[in-house]
Amino acid sequence: MKSDALVLPRMQVASGGNASPLRHRVRWGERLIQGFLFLCGAVSILTTVGIVAVLGRESLLFFASPEVHLSEFFGTTTWQPAIERFGIWPLVTATLITSSIAMLVALPLGLAVAIYLSEYASDKARAILKPVMEILAGVPTVVYGYFALTFMTPLLRSIFGRDVVEIYNTASAGIVIGILIIPLVSSMAEDALRAVPDSLRQAAYGLGATKLETAVRVVLPAALSGVTAAFIVAISRAVGETMVVAIAAGAGPKFTFNPFEAAETMTGHIVRISGGDLSYDSIDYNSIFAIGLLLFVMTLTLNVISQRIVRRFREVYE
Amino acid sequence: MTITLERPMVRRKESPAPQANGGQYAIETNGLNIYYGAFHAVRNVEMKVARRKITAMIGPSGCGKSTVLRCFNRMNDLIPSARIEGEVLFQGENIYADYVDSVEVRRRIGMVFQKANPFPKSIYDNVAWGARINGFKGNVDNMVERSLRGAALWDEVKDKLQQSALGLSGGQQQRLCIARAIAVEPEIILMDEPASALDPIATLRIEDLMQELAKDYTIIVVTHNMQQAARVSDFTAFFSVDEQRTGHMVEFGPTDQIFTNPSDQRTEDYITGRFG
Repeated sequence: MKSDALVLPRMQVASGGNASPLRHRVRWGERLIQGFLFLCGAVSILTTVGIVAVLGRESLLFFASPEVHLSEFFGTTTWQPAIERFGIWPLVTATLITSSIAMLVALPLGLAVAIYLSEYASDKARAILKPVMEILAGVPTVVYGYFALTFMTPLLRSIFGRDVVEIYNTASAGIVIGILIIPLVSSMAEDALRAVPDSLRQAAYGLGATKLETAVRVVLPAALSGVTAAFIVAISRAVGETMVVAIAAGAGPKFTFNPFEAAETMTGHIVRISGGDLSYDSIDYNSIFAIGLLLFVMTLTLNVISQRIVRRFREVYE
Repeated sequence: MTITLERPMVRRKESPAPQANGGQYAIETNGLNIYYGAFHAVRNVEMKVARRKITAMIGPSGCGKSTVLRCFNRMNDLIPSARIEGEVLFQGENIYADYVDSVEVRRRIGMVFQKANPFPKSIYDNVAWGARINGFKGNVDNMVERSLRGAALWDEVKDKLQQSALGLSGGQQQRLCIARAIAVEPEIILMDEPASALDPIATLRIEDLMQELAKDYTIIVVTHNMQQAARVSDFTAFFSVDEQRTGHMVEFGPTDQIFTNPSDQRTEDYITGRFG
């Protein structure tokens, strides 16, 4: 019986491979799906390539024009396209200020929420808090913009004084961007914390660790790469946030490090300029692509740096 | 030794009746019943665990031996639905009394788990971690070396203390977990099937180590392996499970007696391999 079964396919191969039940079959459905899935993946890659190409070409036109010099672009602190002054720093500093303030708000709060949700919260508390965070994440950013202008700014002015805090200021925008990205930080960080195996928590408790010691000194270090990934995404989001800064941060480039003064960020400037009557192929038009390219390079650099940090410090638990 | 860990087990308020000598036994249970929600997991365990001896808990799967073990250092507190009735006396003091802090209990009653679970840190930090969080003030290097020697691991790792613990073999990882447990100087070490994931040679090393450790520590070990219980333990508790899936202790006594002359038919059936 057994030997028959073994011999049978071999005989068929000998008598002509095509008749073998083991013969390779063409599965059209399988190929079709595979091709479709590949196409879906390719779309996102091609889009990125397209964006970089457009940014690069228009920026090249900008930097190639006689009014612009790279040394001026990176070396001076006045951005006034109307009089052909193209020093990028006012826009960069405003972006750095709003993003830094946003991260100061979002990282500690988001991480605290994540630790609470993953290590402390009862199922009941989680069932309430998670949907609330999702609602927070679902509010349109234009609403956050007016929240900054009509709530956060008056609050800051009542605390620090009306003559200190201008009506449009980067601090207010930065704080509100921070609030806006808390759900992003907390949900990504929570996923990373919850992925840490329970056996590590048990080991810590078994050594007489408290809940806090377990969370901060075992679970968090073990989840560091995921938590850092959450931070990276959050920073990119803060740098790229547009609506809040367009509404609340100010409309006019200004080189300042005072967060209570009005200043225009890179994104805010792009959206204001492109909202006006901008003629195609003018130097103003090309300048916004140069700003866009710099934004892109900034977030890319952040990604690369933080990935290196993660690779260096992460604790692999498997 | 420069251990400065002396902290009373009582944190929240004074013990009503502190027992100076701490009773005759390391662990003594009185009418211990354990529930998971409505499910009665283990009933009426009466067990007296001698100090500085190895006590083995054996029995078929689902008989509640691991559940009982985890009651001895209040690890079951971490399971929200778990509930216990009765007393677990640690050196004469009920660890489930209202005033007792479960964190302090676990500091004094350490645990080694079925699957080696070293922290994703260096070998050195794994051993130092527990002592550090407990406020260890002495020389950490010496303490780490002493603990690793105590766990018979020093010679194998002394040249790579700063390397990740996860690079060690399974048996080495488990001995590292034992080193980590003894670094905080507990009085009792609970072991939940510590060798079940190891090969026979690594298992033997763990068993040798257990006997070495029993000179200084009380060891309670849950095992599926009856030969292991017979080889290493001084006392054996045999657990079984009834029709309601409730676990209970059938017989408890010196290991020789349990294995050669059990007084209960069920124990005899189990150890002779008639079921389980």
